[in-house]
Amino acid sequence: MATAAAPNSKLQQSLALYQSTIGKKYVVAVTGAVLFLFTIGHMLGNLQIYLPNAQEALANYAKLLHASAELLWAVRIALLTCFVLHVVTIAQLYNLNRAARPQSYVMKTPTMSTYASRTMYLSGPILLFFVLYHLSHLTTGATHPSFVEMDPYHNLVTGFRQPMASLFYIIAMSMLGLHLTHGVWSMFQSMGFNHPRYRNGLRNFATAAAAIISLGNISIPVCVLLGILGKDLV
Amino acid sequence: MKLTLNVWRQSGPNTPGKMVKYDLPNVNEDMSFLEMLDVLNETLIAKSEEPVTFEHDCREGICGSCGFMINGKAHGGFPKTTVCQLHMRHYKDGDEIFIEPWRATAFPIVKDLMVNRSAFDRIIQAGGFISVPTGSAVDGNAIPIPKSNADRAMDAAQCIGCGACVASCTNASASLFTSAKIAHLNLLPQGQPEKLDRALKMVTVMNEEKFGSCTNLQECEATCPKGISIENIAIMNRHFVEASFMQRPAMSEGGAG
Amino acid sequence: MTLNSRIPTGPIEKAWESTKFNMKLVNPANKRKYHVIVVGTGLAGGACAASLGELGYNVTAFCFQDSPRRAHSIAAQGGINAAKNYRNDGDSIYRLFYDTLKGGDFRAREHNVYRLAQVSVNIIDQCVAQGVPFAREYGGTLANRSFGGAQVSRTFYARGQTGQQLLIGAYQALERQVASGQVKMLTRSEMVDLIVIDGKARGIVTRNLVTGKMDIHIADAVVMGTGGYGNVFYLSTNAKGSNVTASWRAYKRGALFANPCFTQIHPTCIPVSGEYQSKLTLMSESLRNDGRIWAPKQLGDKRSADQIPEGDRDYYLERMYPSFGNLAPRDISSRAAKRVCDEGRGVGETGLGVYLDFRDSIQRLGENTIRERYGNLFEIYERITGENPYKSPMRIFPAVHYTMGGLWVDYHLMSTIPGLFVLGEANFSDHGANRLGASALMQGLADGYFVAPYTITNYLADTKLEKVSADHIEAKGALENAEGITKRLLNAKGKKTVTQFHRELGKTIWDYCGMSRDEAGLKHAIGKVQELKEEFWKNVTVPGSGSDLNQQLENAGRVADFLELGELMCIDALDRNESCGGHFREEYQTSDGEAQRDDEKYSYVAAWEYKGEGAAPALNKEPLTFEYVKPAQRSYK
Ligand SMILES: Cc1cc2nc3c(=O)[nH]c(=O)nc-3n(C[C@H](O)[C@H](O)[C@H](O)COP(=O)(O)OP(=O)(O)OC[C@H]3O[C@@H](n4cnc5c(N)ncnc54)[C@H](O)[C@@H]3O)c2cc1C
Ligand code: SF4
Ligand code: FES
Repeated sequence: MATAAAPNSKLQQSLALYQSTIGKKYVVAVTGAVLFLFTIGHMLGNLQIYLPNAQEALANYAKLLHASAELLWAVRIALLTCFVLHVVTIAQLYNLNRAARPQSYVMKTPTMSTYASRTMYLSGPILLFFVLYHLSHLTTGATHPSFVEMDPYHNLVTGFRQPMASLFYIIAMSMLGLHLTHGVWSMFQSMGFNHPRYRNGLRNFATAAAAIISLGNISIPVCVLLGILGKDLV
Repeated sequence: MKLTLNVWRQSGPNTPGKMVKYDLPNVNEDMSFLEMLDVLNETLIAKSEEPVTFEHDCREGICGSCGFMINGKAHGGFPKTTVCQLHMRHYKDGDEIFIEPWRATAFPIVKDLMVNRSAFDRIIQAGGFISVPTGSAVDGNAIPIPKSNADRAMDAAQCIGCGACVASCTNASASLFTSAKIAHLNLLPQGQPEKLDRALKMVTVMNEEKFGSCTNLQECEATCPKGISIENIAIMNRHFVEASFMQRPAMSEGGAG
Repeated sequence: MTLNSRIPTGPIEKAWESTKFNMKLVNPANKRKYHVIVVGTGLAGGACAASLGELGYNVTAFCFQDSPRRAHSIAAQGGINAAKNYRNDGDSIYRLFYDTLKGGDFRAREHNVYRLAQVSVNIIDQCVAQGVPFAREYGGTLANRSFGGAQVSRTFYARGQTGQQLLIGAYQALERQVASGQVKMLTRSEMVDLIVIDGKARGIVTRNLVTGKMDIHIADAVVMGTGGYGNVFYLSTNAKGSNVTASWRAYKRGALFANPCFTQIHPTCIPVSGEYQSKLTLMSESLRNDGRIWAPKQLGDKRSADQIPEGDRDYYLERMYPSFGNLAPRDISSRAAKRVCDEGRGVGETGLGVYLDFRDSIQRLGENTIRERYGNLFEIYERITGENPYKSPMRIFPAVHYTMGGLWVDYHLMSTIPGLFVLGEANFSDHGANRLGASALMQGLADGYFVAPYTITNYLADTKLEKVSADHIEAKGALENAEGITKRLLNAKGKKTVTQFHRELGKTIWDYCGMSRDEAGLKHAIGKVQELKEEFWKNVTVPGSGSDLNQQLENAGRVADFLELGELMCIDALDRNESCGGHFREEYQTSDGEAQRDDEKYSYVAAWEYKGEGAAPALNKEPLTFEYVKPAQRSYK
């Protein structure tokens, strides 16, 4: 018989919580929520590219973000922590879940689960890889053909003029959409919020948010490739 | 009608198993799925072969004994139906059917389609009860319970412990089963004194029994023969986290322990 | 053998109270030194094992399923009676007592029935406290319905799953004791013999159904709550695993078997559809509140129901029993359906069925109201038959449902073997010749929670128990006996499967010892069952071995016992030259075809004693006296 004594200190409690699968899901949900909010903010920032004086607007926006190095790094570290926690926790859960069914079925037919929910383990790693590429591409410029410090407009347009890069962005953003469709709804469920009255509403909210974020971001490389954006940069 | 069955045969927990093909020429559409297997077994016995072992008892969809995967779906995947209540009219002449046991580390195979689900009993032992020794109860009407609470508790209490939720879950998670019991008892006033303790202990044992984690796929809800809602899992998550932070250490003279 | 039923003296209202007061007690510190075995963890056994564990006894409990939560009690649908009088409609302990005794056609013991009615109120309280989600009114109080023709609303229910919820309550209480170490629960273990040492029940032999290993378990007392034997009919509403093995092997060790022929046939079940049929499904009796039962007037009318005009329909229950109509008691409704089908007016392919028609109530109340009331039952019906009961009437036919007979027990629920207590459907006690709806759950829980824990304590405190070990010669003998049975079954290596034998037995018992019986038929059946039994041991085939999981072997052992029980049922039915409750002898009926009791000669419990292989069993009679309720002819006209 298993015993489950009540943990004594706050730290122990948190650790016990993290050791349980539900605690881990909470961590995934909370960090996911932070990252979700970040993707919204990031997309809104990106969409400034459609403003008439986009180059200047984006440059100002970049300056604003860099106004305080401390703050910038605080946010970066916070985001990084969330990201790492999100990924590590999921990796742990993934191993746990594989161990829970070592022998797979000869035949298994999904009944209710959505495509998005079943492909989290695919969209997740792709996004991880994407984030690394994205940072080296548009933040540090290491993988960018003609990176100019503090000129996001230039970097975006010239970067996206490379079809392979754009294609990867489009695929990654589709994956993000898929990931968020399940992830955002799942976040509420994991944190214990599910009520018959709001169940459909939450699902729709998740799907809509995912669609807006991914389409909003995808529109940029597409418009660059089509020549709609970046006419002023030769 | 004529059917081809592919049935998982495994003689014991530690022996390797395999799919074996059987042709069944005379299946009547009014038979239940288990009656169809009865017919198969009678023909196997006549040929001096070992019949297929599968668990069953009530054959009314209430005891929770029966259950295996049919064509990759727990209980065959028909709404609110256990295999014992599934009738052959859902299949047609010439169909090829795949039959496999529940698969999960926590449910080791006993023989053929029969698995060991005692992990469920151990989850209940951890806290799936209200501690009220015989004779210590107050009058049944002493605690009024709003009808809607009683109904919600009943919705959750309908679980038959069949294990289809675990079997159909990609992660072999027992969240639906565990949460149904936590919700049933925690939604009732009688269950309040042990509410947090129950959530904490049952979830802990659920994890110790090597079930996977819930990734909110909803496969469980879709194949649960009693239509248990994943809303219960949300309730469990809430109570568990509350318990993890709010639970006070047990008192030396016994307390909640 | 003289039967001492240990009925207390004094006024019946105080009888149980004073019995309890006069009982011996066991000091709390000493309780854990006693080891009690509980076989069967359905409502009766589960409740008892949990309660004994709470008291501090050292308990080992057994069931043959993989978990105690699957006992057959789980299938009960309708509800549980209790004399709470929450409806203020004139119910009382005395009325429940009276109704149960009358419903049982005056073949039960007054004092037992009175006690049952008394503790019924505690059961509801206990179950509510455990978290059983009984139906509630909007104000938050418990809801009730009237059931099985009762004139008061005293039935408590949890949707159509009352048995499930009550069993889960008992199961949870039991698992709590398992967690605390008071109860050791051995699942997938079948009791195959009783160990009797110095005339007292001191243990059991079990077969581990996974490994095939036989084990000896020694204890200070043995409790059996192993359920009913309805599966002797092969087709019944019982779970497939329900069996008589535990009771039967105890019978062979000296426990008397009482009233084996008292079986209940439920009027509203889904008819048989073909040879392959493995069990029958009950449709709750509540359907009769709004459904009208009828059959075509003409013989062999093959028209579909909607083609038969009003004038060609015979609403026979309404015709024969104008005041109770479609709500006539179970035995009466069942027999009426059988008669109609015997005349050749039955419906459906087999001709074994009558209509239960909701057309009129759908017209009167609307489909929605009917859906609200019976939606889940209609769904079950459609799932099984593939027919839509909103459009065409249901077809129903009676099926075996409950067995009133069982091991004889005294007021303390102890059998004729000291130290062997029998609870629930496995004993014969409280329902006489016919059980009222919603009373079996009540009895099982009364026995398990509120009676046996006291009487077992009294027995333990009052009895000198020598120390015995598993090496005792009697224990070894029982083990060898059980192993011998397994060997014989495996070595027969014949041509017929266990199921074939079981089907044949079932058909014989159903035809001759079912809804109606007569002398010639019963004599014929006895011969036939004897032949079948002989053939069984020569010609049965049981594949596989005895040393691992072997469902055919399990089943073979059970059918072997059913074959012997079947014979005893017919002997008992033949011996009882009267009709009462579920026992209807064609020869003994009133001019208008109703059961004719013979209180002068048959007001007794027939308790049969095993006299050895091949010898005729001996009849022991426990006379029934009625001090409080004077026997009267039941009339539902
Ligand atoms: C379909 C249906 C509906 C019903 N509806 C109602 C209703 O609405 N109201 C009502 O009051 N009654 C109803 N009844 C009757 C009632 O359910 C039963 O009489 C009652 O539940 C019996 O309980 P029990 O504890 O005596 O036995 P069971 O619940 O049958 O338990 C028997 C136990 O014994 C064990 N066992 C048996 N043999 C062995 C063995 N050899 N070795 C080890 N263990 C063994 C089993 O594993 C099980 O745990 C219904 C019955 C049926 C069939
Ligand atoms: S939750 Fe549903 S699927 Fe899971 S054990 Fe209970 S009844 Fe079966
Ligand atoms: S056999 Fe009982 S639920 Fe299927």
